[in-house]
Amino acid sequence: MAPENKLDKKKMVVVEGSYAVAHAAKVCRPNVISAYPITPQTHIVEDLSQFMADGEIPNCEYINVESEFSALSALVGASAAGARCYSATTSQGLELMHEVLFNVSGMRLPVVMTIVNRAVSAPISIWNDHQDAISQRDTGWLQLYAENTQEISDMTAQAYKISEDKDILMPSMVCMDGFILSHVYEPVVLLEQDLTDEFLPKYEPEYVLDPKRPLSFGAFADPNYYTEFRYLQEQAMQRALKKIEDVANEFYDVYGRYYGGLIDEYRTDDAEIIIMAMGSIIGTIKDVIDKLRDRNVKVGLLKVRSFRPFPAAAIKNALKDAKVVVVLDKNISLGLNEGALFTETKSSLYNTKLNMPIVGYMIGHGGRDIKVDLIEKIIDEAQEVIKTGITIESQFTDVKEELL
Amino acid sequence: MKSLLAPGHRGCAGCCDAMAAKFTLMGAGEDCIVINPTGCLEVMTTPFPETAWDVPWIHSLFENASAVGSGVEAALKALGKKGNTKVVVMGGDGATLDIGMRSISGAFERGHDFTYVCIDNEAYMNTGVQRSGATPFNASTTTSPAGKVSYGNQRPKKDMPAIMVAHGSPYVATTSLAYPKDMIAKVKKATEIEGPTYIHCHAPCTTGWGFDTSKTVEVARMAVHTGLWPLYEVENGEVTKVRKLGKSIKPVEEYLKMQRRFSHLFKMEGGAGEIAKIQAIADKNIEVYGL
Repeated sequence: MAPENKLDKKKMVVVEGSYAVAHAAKVCRPNVISAYPITPQTHIVEDLSQFMADGEIPNCEYINVESEFSALSALVGASAAGARCYSATTSQGLELMHEVLFNVSGMRLPVVMTIVNRAVSAPISIWNDHQDAISQRDTGWLQLYAENTQEISDMTAQAYKISEDKDILMPSMVCMDGFILSHVYEPVVLLEQDLTDEFLPKYEPEYVLDPKRPLSFGAFADPNYYTEFRYLQEQAMQRALKKIEDVANEFYDVYGRYYGGLIDEYRTDDAEIIIMAMGSIIGTIKDVIDKLRDRNVKVGLLKVRSFRPFPAAAIKNALKDAKVVVVLDKNISLGLNEGALFTETKSSLYNTKLNMPIVGYMIGHGGRDIKVDLIEKIIDEAQEVIKTGITIESQFTDVKEELL
Repeated sequence: MKSLLAPGHRGCAGCCDAMAAKFTLMGAGEDCIVINPTGCLEVMTTPFPETAWDVPWIHSLFENASAVGSGVEAALKALGKKGNTKVVVMGGDGATLDIGMRSISGAFERGHDFTYVCIDNEAYMNTGVQRSGATPFNASTTTSPAGKVSYGNQRPKKDMPAIMVAHGSPYVATTSLAYPKDMIAKVKKATEIEGPTYIHCHAPCTTGWGFDTSKTVEVARMAVHTGLWPLYEVENGEVTKVRKLGKSIKPVEEYLKMQRRFSHLFKMEGGAGEIAKIQAIADKNIEVYGL
């Protein structure tokens, strides 16, 4: 269970989620910011541009690039030259970056990027789901998902500390739900400059582009060498599992705020039904759980903060006493009829002694509202699964039959 | 002058890229950082764990070298390390004026302080001589082959230097491997001018164009002497210098007959008419630049 969050009410201000993130990025003292505007990421880059215009980010260059492809490509050069780098994007912009994503992680450049999660086209949709980031899961970036504005703000500093660690050196996507978090105003403690300077050490990479010490970056590897580069990336990802937990604890020690490490649990102690999910839907699920607990339904929540690296061991441990597991996914792998969290959770329990039923629901595509009664209905169905077993393993929710 | 590109790289005998890279480094000097998109130059100089580069060097992808260069330049500025360090991109014609067009256009519009050297061997040589936007009219390549109903590539070269002039670059110059002193001087000048500067180097490829490995310089020189590759400088939008040819102007046949990629024009019915069209391209250059 999470230590209690000690939010200092005197420090709280009401700001838009995007502002909280832009402020957090500023406080992390980036040297190069490179970004291309795309809804619903725009307010973050607008706020950062205003900080630049007001001279509030020292030792920093902001590059207004001509595309997301160049946004991330510029950070390849900047990071290799020794700069702490930041970008933000979403949806089509993230998909356009696809090729560069592999390049950044393969070159072990610890770039941090906010992903304001949004559905992908076609049909074009500016609203939230997780298809954009999930589609990039094999690119070698850490993927952390935040529940609320306070968490996404604080996660930004955590991501730099994890990514830049010499044992990790892998880039991070810090994911927040588009509009639901990016455009909502709520009270938050803005990331504190003094505490962040204490928490986050200066970025001092060992290898940089420097004429005094010429090094070659981005050589090509023939079959004698390629495998080992991939292996070392995976080793770094495995080390990141512990690092994410450690950094969450270090963050708590300095700031007094905690949201879980790889995962977080809510009322799972005696839970027969455990719901798994990522992102802002967590808040809604907690409300439903509180309501159902009053009716003696033994239901709890497993919040997944880190999707990459995938916390298989932590998930297994959290699920071990459940009678049924329900996984909610805001994405789908077309042709498999499953969301990614569902598939990977099932996969990580295979070859173990755990064999409780697991059911998957794909939910909230393209920003469709996820209402309390829909989650209650899903939990009702989970109670039936305990009694009678699985009838449908994985399914869409809330499909409007009349539109088909 | 010290060579900052070590011998022993994997380039072909008579390789144009190796010559162009060496001359570029002679002009830029050792206080520089090189960005190199995917292509022959990248592959032949950096098979891990070897490198031929005696300056800091980075390769990212095929289409993003100018953006990577933008980032390097921005980082040097932000970290207070820019000083006199030159940021130099060296890319092939495909990486520059086809797949890298968005990237170079954005970087020049933003005004980054860097020099872009396009090493133009007029096709995708690293992948096996496929046509690019820089392939000349009627050249036979593996994706624009001459055949029973085709004389080869059906379009003239994209005029990339003019496009870079239109971006407001303070310095754009064309150069050729046949004139090393000219190239070194132009690169030096380009790197010393603040802002985004552009050098377009005509670089005959022994493998792709089909000529003996000892003839790279001769072929390059003949391109200049026929007027097919004019050498000029453009400063702040004005043509300030042109290499005059005077009485040494040669007919384009002299250039075409040196290369396998144009050999069909001397065999096919109607070839003479096609050569006349190429002569018209040279004549236009001679007129426009007063060669």
